[in-house]
Amino acid sequence: MDDQLSRAFAALADPTRRDIVARLSVGDATVNELAEPFDVTVQNISKHIRVLEDAGLVSRTRDAQRRPVHFEAKVFDLMTKWIERYQREAEARYTRLDAVLDQLQQSEETNTKSEIRKSS
Amino acid sequence: MNTFTKANIEADPTVPIIRITRDFAATPAQLMRAHTDPDLFAQWIGPTNVDTRIDYWDARSGGSWRFINFRDDGEFAFHGCFHEIGPNRIVQTFTYEGMPEGVSLETLAFEPIDETRTRLIAQSLVDSFEGRDAWLSSGMEIGVNEGYAALDGLLLRSAV
Repeated sequence: MDDQLSRAFAALADPTRRDIVARLSVGDATVNELAEPFDVTVQNISKHIRVLEDAGLVSRTRDAQRRPVHFEAKVFDLMTKWIERYQREAEARYTRLDAVLDQLQQSEETNTKSEIRKSS
Repeated sequence: MNTFTKANIEADPTVPIIRITRDFAATPAQLMRAHTDPDLFAQWIGPTNVDTRIDYWDARSGGSWRFINFRDDGEFAFHGCFHEIGPNRIVQTFTYEGMPEGVSLETLAFEPIDETRTRLIAQSLVDSFEGRDAWLSSGMEIGVNEGYAALDGLLLRSAV
């Protein structure tokens, strides 16, 4: 896993930054707009946005007056792929466990039947 | 009640814990056997098409275990201790020998749903953030990161 992906995971470990990204996934917003729902200063939100920017999760247009913050889907997709891989591996393991349990079930049923035969 | 027919992954955003929940068509006793009988365990634990050899295996409280995965790119060994076995619960440690300083504490619970189904809740607590990051960057399936719990929640909220 490269550094950018590690930074992206670390950046999203913070609940405020998760909320900011959730808001931005709907559409671009200015720092002031992003700060509105929170009981914190605009400066505080700016700091969070810088962390998200360093992680490549958001970008800001340099020349525009409003400088809206934009959600960068590319890094997010990389993260999603990583999680999907982890989920796939876990699921593959448990599908194998399903098969083992199925064998166990069948051998127990066979044993029960032979015990019944023996006792009858 | 939620059902978990596919492995569901979640993690606590504040501590390095990952939790996997999965429902099985089996009794708690059968799940316990599949986790403690070394021959059965070797059949399902390794990645697909990878042979698992049990080196040693003493499935009782205070016992220890070690197994090796044979992959194309080399051998990968894992070891730990069974801290507590049963009833319907296994508490054990887990170390990937490629990162011998890292150890996670695994708590497995087998909760009966009804007469034929059991829910497995497998929780891993990693010892440090450094350890977690090392595991994460190793790309091993033991990798743990609070970030993806965060992401799970995020995706969930986005979907609503």
